[in-house]
Amino acid sequence: MTSQAPVVAVRDLCVVRSGKPALKDVTFDVPPGQVVGLLGPSGGGKTTLMRSVVGVQVVASGSVGVLGLPAGSPELRHRIGYVTQSPSVYWDLTLLENLRYFAAVLGVDGHGVDDVIADVALTEYRNRKVAAMSGGEQARVSLAVALLGSPELLVLDEPTVGLDPLLRRDLWQLFKDLARSGKTLFVSSHVMDEATRCDRLLLLREGEVIADDTVAGLLAATGTSDVESAFLRRVEDR
Amino acid sequence: MTARRTLWTARRVLQQLRHDHRTVALLLVVPSALMGLLAWIVSEQAFDSFGPRLLGVFPLIVMFLVTSVATLRERSSGTLERLLAMPIAKADFIGGYALAFGAFALLQTAVVSGLSFTWYGLDVMGSPWLLVLVALMDALLGTALGLFVSAFAANEFQAVQFMPALILPQLLLCGLIVPRDTMPTALQWVSDLLPLSYAVQATDQVMTSATATPEYWRSLAVVAAFVVGSLALGAATLRRRTP
Repeated sequence: MTSQAPVVAVRDLCVVRSGKPALKDVTFDVPPGQVVGLLGPSGGGKTTLMRSVVGVQVVASGSVGVLGLPAGSPELRHRIGYVTQSPSVYWDLTLLENLRYFAAVLGVDGHGVDDVIADVALTEYRNRKVAAMSGGEQARVSLAVALLGSPELLVLDEPTVGLDPLLRRDLWQLFKDLARSGKTLFVSSHVMDEATRCDRLLLLREGEVIADDTVAGLLAATGTSDVESAFLRRVEDR
Repeated sequence: MTARRTLWTARRVLQQLRHDHRTVALLLVVPSALMGLLAWIVSEQAFDSFGPRLLGVFPLIVMFLVTSVATLRERSSGTLERLLAMPIAKADFIGGYALAFGAFALLQTAVVSGLSFTWYGLDVMGSPWLLVLVALMDALLGTALGLFVSAFAANEFQAVQFMPALILPQLLLCGLIVPRDTMPTALQWVSDLLPLSYAVQATDQVMTSATATPEYWRSLAVVAAFVVGSLALGAATLRRRTP
């Protein structure tokens, strides 16, 4: 862990959804300038945790701090980029129309729009309606919106689902580049092999954190050679 | 609230509408055709009394349906959650919708009343512009009510059912079918609480007097108050944090 103040600081977070505990006493930090992977089976609380960090989730108890402020503070609204699991963009608008609208809401100028379109490699789709795109392209439109205004923290809920391996590699390279330029990324995935691309890992199962370590640290602590086995070892040890 | 974000939201809503040619065509053709049908089946005298009142009913129903489905879509697709996590005021969002659909309603009313006053031979004592103003207020009322009820609908089926639930009773009680003062007292009280009654009251003033009467402006102000009230209620149903 670095000595700098964490970008995300979650303490004893409990969330109840539909009468059932979704998160149980979750505590962790996301250090600045790193890619932190949130892994675990679906239904384990990943999306709920990400929503809590963004500040759109009603929480039962505990605290979530983001960039030194309580999650959901109005000051944070243009400092966090958030990508939900299903692409939340306007299907009946073109890529450019979508980005121009969200850019106007965020107060980002026209250059920003061109930059994020290039970042997600959709330049030739500028005037295509989102509804006419493939699932992977739609996911990238949603990611492009999150990149607008170069937010300090990116919270990405399964951004690489359904993408071909080549695109997945390119996007992870983009995440790495963003981290190198000082951004912090909190990325969820249920694909264990994506774990090796992260600086740190957070394993979440049934609403509990079962591991919070670097990849090397996790493998050493569990005496395993891949994240999948480490995950199983941690579940069995409990 | 900022003018820029409100205007961009209105622009975006109109862009969405522009991509949907069939909806735009239906919104313009259907009320015009229905008015023509009415002019055809009733006597000239009856058309002069029903026509002006119906002129305001179309934008109310249409904008109610369009807005409730559009806002419901924003809620279920996640775009509303995304927007509310951004620096946009709830008033920007609501205001943008009201502005966009208000502008479209103006176009719709212009087409329908243009045809009615020329080809269909509609005749009123007052200025047709006063009727257009009532129709515009009705459209805003439809938009405001649609925004509000979309919070209580879990899907499009439910949203569409709010139309017969909220709008049809108003049609029956507003004085369009039976004059209000001939209704049972209890129903008159209910009628007094419904916004469409005041819209019809304003329309009746235009039908019977050559200039805008104080009664006309009073009735229009009541409808406007209902619009502001429903918009405020609609804004209250937008939550930045959800369970």
